[in-house]
Amino acid sequence: MNRPDSKVVNAIHQASFIRGDALEIPTLQVLDAQGDVIDGAQMPDIDEALAHKIYDTLAFIRVFDERMVASQRQGRISFYMTCKGEEAAITGSAAALSDDDMIMAQYREQAALRFRGFSTPNFMNQLFSNAKDLGKGRQMPIHYGSNELNYMTISSPLATQIPQAAGYAYGQKMAGKDALTICYFGEGAASEGDFHAGLNMAAVLKCPTVFFCRNNGYAISTGTDEQYAGDGIAPRGVGYGIETIRVDGNDLLAVLLATQTARAYALEHNKPVLIEAMSYRLGAHSTSDDPSGYRSKEEEELWAQIDGVLRFKTWMINQGWWDEDKDAALYEKYRTEVLSELKISEKIGAPALEELVTDVYHDVPKHLQDQLTELKSHIAKYPDAYPSAKGESH
Amino acid sequence: MAQMNLLHAINSALDHAMEKDERVMCFGEDVGHFGGVFRATSGLQEKYGKARCFNTPLVEQGILGFANGLAAQGSVPICEIQFADYIFPAFDQIVNETAKFRYRSGNEFNVGSLVIRTPYGGGIAGGLYHSQSPEAYFTGTPGIKVVVPRNPYQAKGLLTACINDKDPVIFFEPKRLYRASVGEVPEESYEIELGKAEVVTEGKDVTLLGWGAQMEIIEQAAQMAGEQGISCEVIDLRTLAPWDVDTVAKSVTKTGRLIISHEAPITGGFAGEISATISDVCFLHLESPIARVCGLDTPYPLMQEKEYVADKLKIFEAIKASVNF
Repeated sequence: MNRPDSKVVNAIHQASFIRGDALEIPTLQVLDAQGDVIDGAQMPDIDEALAHKIYDTLAFIRVFDERMVASQRQGRISFYMTCKGEEAAITGSAAALSDDDMIMAQYREQAALRFRGFSTPNFMNQLFSNAKDLGKGRQMPIHYGSNELNYMTISSPLATQIPQAAGYAYGQKMAGKDALTICYFGEGAASEGDFHAGLNMAAVLKCPTVFFCRNNGYAISTGTDEQYAGDGIAPRGVGYGIETIRVDGNDLLAVLLATQTARAYALEHNKPVLIEAMSYRLGAHSTSDDPSGYRSKEEEELWAQIDGVLRFKTWMINQGWWDEDKDAALYEKYRTEVLSELKISEKIGAPALEELVTDVYHDVPKHLQDQLTELKSHIAKYPDAYPSAKGESH
Repeated sequence: MAQMNLLHAINSALDHAMEKDERVMCFGEDVGHFGGVFRATSGLQEKYGKARCFNTPLVEQGILGFANGLAAQGSVPICEIQFADYIFPAFDQIVNETAKFRYRSGNEFNVGSLVIRTPYGGGIAGGLYHSQSPEAYFTGTPGIKVVVPRNPYQAKGLLTACINDKDPVIFFEPKRLYRASVGEVPEESYEIELGKAEVVTEGKDVTLLGWGAQMEIIEQAAQMAGEQGISCEVIDLRTLAPWDVDTVAKSVTKTGRLIISHEAPITGGFAGEISATISDVCFLHLESPIARVCGLDTPYPLMQEKEYVADKLKIFEAIKASVNF
């Protein structure tokens, strides 16, 4: 019954399924669990300067995350999310990019933004929603964004950045740019419709997009066994006709190698690549979450032992590029810096009241101008009831 | 001037835009070589290549997500959702992403050059999944503009303005009129300003307000009322968000009466928003309650469309009731 143009090949004549988990994808490793290079492993393109920049980012983010969680506990900021446990996956991938590549992140990728050069006050101003926040105090903490650094402002709804990354990359290709878009998301976000829409569109429309799945084991409290059947997210890339690679997300050199290779491939062939980084979210989902309700201390400790930051530090020391004294000094430097910048940022006032109505449209339309005028005269009538009347932050 | 139907006018606007600026791209389901199910993009792929006018996979949320990314990058995407009824899978990308891109980023990023084209409305024997008028869902979302043309001349001028606008726009095309509405349209490019209503016919007794395909029905009712000696001022709102309160208020101040008619169900329809605002602005000038002549609060039916719709007779009765209140 086959049509002459049928794609039927390797015909079989007995009913037989291909098992849902048949596609077992291997995992790229360069460093072993102790941080030593595995014999025969391919090395990424890395020199001492890049290694230092990477390690500097890792150390900063460790300190910053720890300090900002404490600030949230003290009630100084309303909310925070750490990238603890996944620093190697995020920094290793960001280090493979050019500064012109667009980064579209989910919400836990502050290490990539730091690697690009986002300053400590930049981070802090967003977390405090103050007048110097690039986002003008409109979003919850951790929703960073920077046009200058090609880091797309974070959106709360999950996975929406995935088809956007395909479109952004298509635009880069059409504009003749030697740049692509990397798109970060978690294995939980890969359940959303946007994931399937985005990967399919990128594959069919030949977009130079690197889809980077952080498989960190948990979508808030939901473990991977309740998130997907089959062998992780990587086989979905294969299903969409996308070049796919799985990597040990706690092995910074392997992530760097995978992303460097992916970037070169995507740009040369104008095609997307999917990277699945197998890692573990060591911290809570957010400061509103308590992981002790759904996972054991033993499990967390097991993963802490193969922590990507430690493994990379060991490798740096093995290279003769780092030592424990320098390490202690670096952490101390960032502890001091973060604390002093925090004190400055939390004293900066709220954005101007006018910012309530700007940026909804390119120009402020008449009805919004009218609403602002009305609001101002109301506030003038009750100055004690509104912080903005007193120039206070909220 | 040339005789064009509404589809030709849209095609002409797209053609000019693509010719003028190579960043302009048209895409959606079947819009490539096929020219779209209604042929609005006919000939564009042949003229501008497959990279700028192309088919996408069948996935509305993907089309809008892709368009958001393209617009943020600096391209000028004009995407087509095959029927407005199918805009809902893309709802999240439109109301949470398109509409909020500039605001949420403090203007670090925007998708201001994005246009979503989509055929809306009934009268094509399409039943409940090919006849919806979902404009009010979007007028309730700050950050997007909503535009509806009523004839070929308006369609070309308004669509061109949408493409050149610095904010994302949803352009609802009255598909019942795609081929039925024919008129004089300049062959060259021109713009009709967004955010401005048009007084189509001046009158003194009652103001009739609508948009899109409903304008034709409203004009027929105005004609019937005219034969009874009632002078109707007919206004086409054209842009629903942000809408031209001043022009409508000025007219209602003069006539003292307002009737709003749209195809969508009455509850939660945009006529309610207009009624509330005009009651506020024109309270002391009103001679009768503001009336709404709209679809029933049911899905759009297939067989009993004649009974369901806000036709000229229902509007005519509302006019008489208003004038005789």
